[in-house]
Amino acid sequence: MDLSFVILVEMLYAIATLVLISAGLAVVFGMMKVINLAHGEFMMMGGYATITAVGLGVNVFVAMLIIAPIVVGLIGLVVERLVIRHLYGRLVDTMLATWGLSLVFIGLATMIFGNTTTGISTPISGFAVGRYQINGYNFFIIVVAIVLVIAMLAVLKGTRLGLIARGTMQRSEMAAALGYSPDRIYMATFFCGSALSGLAGAILAPLVGLVPTSGGAYIAKAFITVIAGGPSLIAGLVSSATSFGVVSQVFTFAISPVIGDVALLIAAVVLLRAMPQGITSRFFRGKL
Amino acid sequence: MRRPAARDVAGILVASALLIAVMPMLIGTYTLTVLVIYGMLGLSLGLIWGFGGILCFGQAAFFGLGAYVYAISAVNIGESTLPMILAVLVTAGFAALLGAMMFYGRLGDVYLGVITLVVTLILFKFINTTAGPQYVIGKARLGGFNGIPGFQTLNVPGDPEAYIWGDQLFYVCAVALVIVVLLVTWLLRSSFGRIAVGIRENETRMALMGYDVAARKTVLFAVGAAIAGLAGALFANWAEIVTPNLFSLGQSAEIIIWCIVGGLGTRLGPIVGAAGLAYLKFMLGQQSMIDNTLIMGLVLVLFVLFLPRGLVPAVASLWRASVGRGTRRRPSRHRRLRHG
Amino acid sequence: MSLNRREFLGATAALTTAGALLPSATLAADSIKLGSILDTSGIFDAYGKPMDQALRLAIGEINAGGGLLGREVDVLSYDTQSDMALYSQYAQKLTRQDQVDVVHGGILSASREAIRQTMRKSKTLYFYNVQYEGGVCDRNIFVTGVTPSQQVEVLVPYAMKKSGPKVHILAADYNYGQITARWIQKFVEENGGEVVATDFFPLDVSDFGSTITKIQQTAPDLVVAPLVGGAHLSFFRQWAAAGMKDKIALASTTMGVGNEHKVLTPEEGNGIMVAYNYSQELDTPENRAFKEKWEAAYGDTSAIHELAVSTYQGIMLWAEGVKKAGTVDRMPVIEALETGISIVGPAGNIAIDPQTHHATLDVHVMEVENQGMTVMETFNQVAPVDTQQVCNLQENPDDNTQYEIQI
Repeated sequence: MDLSFVILVEMLYAIATLVLISAGLAVVFGMMKVINLAHGEFMMMGGYATITAVGLGVNVFVAMLIIAPIVVGLIGLVVERLVIRHLYGRLVDTMLATWGLSLVFIGLATMIFGNTTTGISTPISGFAVGRYQINGYNFFIIVVAIVLVIAMLAVLKGTRLGLIARGTMQRSEMAAALGYSPDRIYMATFFCGSALSGLAGAILAPLVGLVPTSGGAYIAKAFITVIAGGPSLIAGLVSSATSFGVVSQVFTFAISPVIGDVALLIAAVVLLRAMPQGITSRFFRGKL
Repeated sequence: MRRPAARDVAGILVASALLIAVMPMLIGTYTLTVLVIYGMLGLSLGLIWGFGGILCFGQAAFFGLGAYVYAISAVNIGESTLPMILAVLVTAGFAALLGAMMFYGRLGDVYLGVITLVVTLILFKFINTTAGPQYVIGKARLGGFNGIPGFQTLNVPGDPEAYIWGDQLFYVCAVALVIVVLLVTWLLRSSFGRIAVGIRENETRMALMGYDVAARKTVLFAVGAAIAGLAGALFANWAEIVTPNLFSLGQSAEIIIWCIVGGLGTRLGPIVGAAGLAYLKFMLGQQSMIDNTLIMGLVLVLFVLFLPRGLVPAVASLWRASVGRGTRRRPSRHRRLRHG
Repeated sequence: MSLNRREFLGATAALTTAGALLPSATLAADSIKLGSILDTSGIFDAYGKPMDQALRLAIGEINAGGGLLGREVDVLSYDTQSDMALYSQYAQKLTRQDQVDVVHGGILSASREAIRQTMRKSKTLYFYNVQYEGGVCDRNIFVTGVTPSQQVEVLVPYAMKKSGPKVHILAADYNYGQITARWIQKFVEENGGEVVATDFFPLDVSDFGSTITKIQQTAPDLVVAPLVGGAHLSFFRQWAAAGMKDKIALASTTMGVGNEHKVLTPEEGNGIMVAYNYSQELDTPENRAFKEKWEAAYGDTSAIHELAVSTYQGIMLWAEGVKKAGTVDRMPVIEALETGISIVGPAGNIAIDPQTHHATLDVHVMEVENQGMTVMETFNQVAPVDTQQVCNLQENPDDNTQYEIQI
């Protein structure tokens, strides 16, 4: 009984992690059709922003939830103005340019922070369920992921801003004709996407040892999750994170973490072969 | 625009003979060997991406597979000829299966990128977990993260004691590259090559004209992989050790950077890009002022922004403009992928 | 098979390049050339940078004392950027173009194996100054780091005495981890304990949630965790976050080699048991002097780790060998080192074991305490028994293999 509860929590945690690490990429890809391969490095910078802020005496939750997203969002803004803006509509070129940017950020982080592993400790202590101890921080991550999904839904569906953003993404000429500048909306979207990446990096920082190359561990998973999700932004994100999270955790518990990872990757190949346009091209059509 | 085949071949032969004679005086043959091998690897992606429009994020998978197939079979056989052939054939076969799965599934460009990326990751992760003694193929321990050292290196066919190494290995690799370039030239000049370019430009039109697009893409993909596999096998001979890093995403990234910098849609571009950037990396290792990853990243960003056609096409058009033959323009750079 | 081939290659190399390879003894007035190959950038630079600093410190000290045999020692160093292919290239450059007298370097076992044969073929003396899995048997190489048996032999009995007989092993999934896990198993059983489970993790695994649950199912008294690298550091963090730290004892043979214990907070790290040749907290006159010199040269001693000290000691051992041989030529120096030369370094007395070309050294069992390592027990002059089982260079000087030690 206790064990099944523990496994359930681990599974929810795996799904929540996938949602978190993919959200930033999903926003930028879903709205702008830009694949940001520097996404992992944005997360890495979120982690470093958190650690630096905590080192300066800032409360760890303030650092994670406020400072890191803003810092990384601003970096994203600069990147958008300098590079991405020139490449809209050229999917492959943006992928390559952002890949180059990811290398630049790794190099910069190495020069600033060095390659030594750093990190902060988990701000929430563990507790017991029957005879098992659980990492309390897992619950925090699950909660953040749920809040994040609800917030994204609310902004896109409920606010005028979301409406304008969606409109621009679908027919940018029309939005421009109505007086909204696509340029500014793309800029704002990229800012939000980067901030989400920074948030994810910040929230995962206490769980892992951070090095400048940490981003590489996330980008592939995030990329796969977003692509497999398909055209709908939120429904795609949640459905593919759930499928992959469940698959990888089942195999992790049954065999080992490595097999869990490999199972996730094989699931991705099978899924894309069966549904070449992603999950939401077949299910949840027309949802957000 | 098309030069006669004989002139093309003669040009390649003269230029490569000159380079093979001159370069060893400028750079040590040991470093030169790996530049040649990387050139071949660059060409393998340049062929399928530049002429077939297939962006493969996992070209390193074929490179690594070639190297591992060579190492494993060389340990078991103790002679290098069959392992070299196996490295090319197994890699091509693997790519043909993978390609058939992708192209007959009519996957879009981005999805193709994801699948190739994922396959690379699976291979990388799998090879990394094979440190235990239970992972043995014949006499060869897979060795996990530490890789496989100490296999039979290249020898004169039939005589396992007559090793080809040092300067000789360089000449073997250089000649192999020339042969590969000639074969690629022949392939591109054949109807197969022209149809491949047609598919790159407009897949639907070619399909409506009755060509089996999926089959042709699969074959081209396998040919590219075979070249990468050959490069991998030669690399194994040069390094005398194979490690899982050959499969890494970083390696895949580098191949793509080579092609972009050198110039897509040309045969020479990816080779020049690969050799040039690999040499730059080698030179950078002798200083410690600036982080090398940063420089590589900057090079990629700047090229995508300011010289998206790459060095070789840019230099070629400059040349034509200055010589005054600029009246006929090359066909525009390959079709950009568009979305949404 | 491979032996014949290597000999053949060696002979060919010697013949074809004999003219170019004459050692610099013929140019006696020149300086002595020491080659260094280390990853001072890329993902392994946390190990490589302090090693490079230690190397320069040692050479600076030798030159300040009038050099070796009245000659200055010059360092030719190359940064391999954590890229295995560059190891082969720079090794070729050092041996063929630069024609150095000795090479120190290599960090990962893969990097050592990538250059070891080049050194042997070109008859260049090679020092590998890193903790590794043991078993290399080659008369051209000297290894000054600790091997698994040296650590495990003293760590396991100590840790089991403090906790209990049921042990769960979590090891990095590569050569080092696999072999260390087998040694742990052997010593656990010899000390009357039982290994309840062994799990291996590739170096990029950073999520240990399910593993921590699994450990609670096996309910051991002690977890021994030879985990390696930044990703694996997450285990120690997640272990503490789950509140396991005070319930099950934890020991490691690797945590701290790259100063990982300084990254963990005291709450996460305190009480982890380790065994090493060196700790910054060693209270000996040699270590105090070493730290002062380091501080004078680089300002901050916090980067010093065991691999840096091994490098420093490796260079000092080589210098002793050169002094004793009266020349930098390869064979006389090897013979001099084989007399069992020893020095007293920052980590204590270290001697070359003539049979294996590995090091006999002091091993300290320590506990992590407030981001430092407190020495609990010291074992003097522990021999590399694992490599001794398989390697005897005195009986078989032409051996050239890395043995997998069967236990």
